[in-house]
Amino acid sequence: MNTIKMEKPAPKTNSTSSQDRAIAVRIDDLTVAYNYKPVLWDIDLAIPEGVLMAIVGPNGAGKSTLIKSILDIIKPIAGSVQIYNKPYKKQRSLVAYVPQKGSVDWDFPTTALDVVMMGTYGSLGWIKRPGQKQKKAALEALEKVGMLSFKDRQISQLSGGQQQRIFLARALVQNASIYFMDEPFQGVDATTEKAIINILKELRKAGKTVIVVHHDLQTVPEYFDWVTFLNVKKIATGPVKDIFNDDNLTKTYGINYKVSIQG
Amino acid sequence: MSSAQIEIQLIASLVAIACAIPGTFLVLRKMALISDAISHSILPGIVIGFFITHDLSSPLLIILAALSGVVTVILVEFIQKTGLVKEDTAIGLVFPALFSIGVILIAQNANDVHLDVDAVLLGELAFAPFDRLIINDFDLGPKSLWIIGVILSLTITLLIAFFKELKVSTFDAGLASALGFSPAVVHYGLMTVSSITTVGAFDAVGAVLVVALMIAPAATAYLLTNDLKKMLGLSVFFGVCCAIIGYWVAHALDASIAGSMTTVLGVLFLLVYLFAPNRGLFSVLYRQRQQRIEVSLLTFLLHLNNHSEESERHVNHLNEHINWQKVKSKSVLNLALNNNMIVIDNDIVSLTAKGKKFTNEAIDYIITNKNSEIENMKDRFFLFRG
Repeated sequence: MNTIKMEKPAPKTNSTSSQDRAIAVRIDDLTVAYNYKPVLWDIDLAIPEGVLMAIVGPNGAGKSTLIKSILDIIKPIAGSVQIYNKPYKKQRSLVAYVPQKGSVDWDFPTTALDVVMMGTYGSLGWIKRPGQKQKKAALEALEKVGMLSFKDRQISQLSGGQQQRIFLARALVQNASIYFMDEPFQGVDATTEKAIINILKELRKAGKTVIVVHHDLQTVPEYFDWVTFLNVKKIATGPVKDIFNDDNLTKTYGINYKVSIQG
Repeated sequence: MSSAQIEIQLIASLVAIACAIPGTFLVLRKMALISDAISHSILPGIVIGFFITHDLSSPLLIILAALSGVVTVILVEFIQKTGLVKEDTAIGLVFPALFSIGVILIAQNANDVHLDVDAVLLGELAFAPFDRLIINDFDLGPKSLWIIGVILSLTITLLIAFFKELKVSTFDAGLASALGFSPAVVHYGLMTVSSITTVGAFDAVGAVLVVALMIAPAATAYLLTNDLKKMLGLSVFFGVCCAIIGYWVAHALDASIAGSMTTVLGVLFLLVYLFAPNRGLFSVLYRQRQQRIEVSLLTFLLHLNNHSEESERHVNHLNEHINWQKVKSKSVLNLALNNNMIVIDNDIVSLTAKGKKFTNEAIDYIITNKNSEIENMKDRFFLFRG
């Protein structure tokens, strides 16, 4: 089971045109429903490799659901998802996931280091236990997010921003090609937000694809180079400089939206 | 101690260990109630198994009973998934239904079989040494010791093999699923083990009190540690201790063994709940009181820091200005004095250098909310701990 080696596609040189890039994530005709009520309706989406993409949309637009169905956590009622032209189940090692901070119980009896180690479990497979190699990787990831000195801290004794950094470290340790993050800036202070976005930009520089559910429209042009507008249906997707405009915002949020865009 | 007494304590201890292990994960998964449901709804499985085998320790009976435990979980989830009722309601609907089927089955056939509701609910550990496993005229010990021994070995093997999977799917089911560890597989695995353990333990402690052995040691351990492995170890330790102490309490009082064991578990939980170092009730109350005093102290120091005019800093004007009771202003004044943060000269209060420094540090913290600057203050003051 562990012998399947994934060919990690070599990152292409930075180019803003989507045509000459590999497609990291391709979604075709995806429909997801809870109790037969669609929350995502016929989504087609092609996310090119090497972008730092925001998914924006109002509450209940299905942003988290989109990520969860890409990751096979929620089963769609129609449509398909491909990660580098193969189903997710065959490409797990290429993908890392940062869930919403509120989705777990932070009173769980464990330490920061242990949570980060969980990121290595995927590469280990069933039954095998993490060893020194996994611990070393986890410590490196903790250092990268500036949390090394908190490694033995019980997770409930970390602040919201620190917990978010731990989650980020857990994704980094997976050493994936594609990163999915569900509202990583929720409830963190400005310093942590800057620290996180810098790490995300570094990931993009290294040729990784980063997909972020994002709420703060003001920071979209500053943080991201690609954006998808979502509200049950896909409204628009493409480079921020081309499609991040009042027209799409109004279509997505349903009210007259004005955002000043630089450059 | 007679050999029967040793055997009873041994059985009780193994039951306690076998219950504490799945119990720990049930508590962490906030599924304590499901163990209650399982323990009741295995009754029809036990009764049907008993009609077929006429032997309470037959493996077929254990399998049938465990199966009805798993059926309970499936039914609860099925009802819950309709979205019409919440999980606790679903549990409350399923297990009385299954339990009552068991009760009716017993009542209808109680005349010719040796199985009554009391025995099922409360168990009878005292009789366990009489039912022996004898192969080729060789006495291998009480049957229930073998049953619970086999179940415990299975539980420990699974725990060691799948510890990582249990941990990640309990903490973060979404991540477990994304990494390829199906949370459903782990979930039903845990439910199956819980059901089998309940069946194996019901003979000794009864279907109701087995819940106490699953939940109470784990809940007690949860108050004392921040480490999953330690929590498992403590649960096992508490379970065994209470089982043995409970036995001797029953011996002294000539009371039910299962009842005494559960009472001891309850008393232990109460003690830990009150006196645990960090999460105990008294510790929390003490911390809240300290925080209240420190907030007052800080308010007082800030007031001094902001007002240079003497009228604002007169001892007698203190309660008037910050609007405190006399007693409170006095205790705050004393606290500041004892910490060398203020000096009182002619009833005029002024900040010392140390008091100024502390006040500025505190203001910095409140404004910047940066943890790095406050790390060393956390050790000295409750106020800044999470």
